Amino acid sequence: MYKKFWTLLFFCWVMVLRVMAQTDTTNKPVEMADGLRANGKIYVVVMVLVTILAGLIFYVIRLDRKIGRLEKESK
Amino acid sequence: MLRQTWWKILCVILLAYTVIWGFLGSVPAKPIVNETIRNLYFHVAMWFAMMIFLTVSVVYAVRYLRKPKHVNDIYSLEYAKVGIVFGTLGIITGSEWAGFTWGAFWSNDPKQLGAMIAMLIYYAYLVFRNGIPDPDKRARLGAVYNIFAYAMLFPTIWILPRMVESLHPGGMGGNPAFKDLDPRMATVWLVGAIPGWTLLGIWIATLRIRLQLLEEKKLYNI
Repeated sequence: MYKKFWTLLFFCWVMVLRVMAQTDTTNKPVEMADGLRANGKIYVVVMVLVTILAGLIFYVIRLDRKIGRLEKESK
Repeated sequence: MLRQTWWKILCVILLAYTVIWGFLGSVPAKPIVNETIRNLYFHVAMWFAMMIFLTVSVVYAVRYLRKPKHVNDIYSLEYAKVGIVFGTLGIITGSEWAGFTWGAFWSNDPKQLGAMIAMLIYYAYLVFRNGIPDPDKRARLGAVYNIFAYAMLFPTIWILPRMVESLHPGGMGGNPAFKDLDPRMATVWLVGAIPGWTLLGIWIATLRIRLQLLEEKKLYNI
């Protein structure tokens, strides 16, 4: 199992290296949310998403534990 | 795999990395898409995860046909279900994204239609299964249907949309937005988003499989 995982990670790494060799060719300035970032407000979005993710993960972990307990009882 | 912990911890780490660096990491400035290019980590990741789940599902369907053990059917069904959930999320998020970049929530783009057809085929898989009362027959016919559904999946979401004009990248002419994956995005995409979302789906699928196995056990004990 671990071996497979490391192999997968290695392939990901190779793919990253491959795309790193390419360069960005944009020349026109394009409007991005730089102002938002300067105000630091993007961190609010990150915070909200981290909260949602934490809540969901917490819920899944609870479910996992509960099923684990049921499995133990039925043995 | 079913009851180990290490990959669940890995899943949490990768998803946290995706959500944080998905917003804080720098991305190429492209017209029209602007900051929505970050949707690659979320919308596109749903589809990649879905393809992995449906592949696992079809593998277990073939296993069931070769060796009709009920466990194989449970695996096949639960992975198909989680794949369907991720695919549905992919369609909804894609429609939301399109609404603010292509100008319409649904524009009958070949890839949108292809994805919709693929999802409908898989919805029909669940309906079809539930229409068969005999469990053995249900499992066998479900496995056969699964193989046919899988055979249609890649033509509808990859091959056909690429043979015609499409708003999605990869069609003839069309959308140049993602011609190459930007190196700044590659790490979050390949190391964070795809494995992270996939592991979350596997986690949910294994929970449902364990629940099904428990129910099975209860049924035979009585």
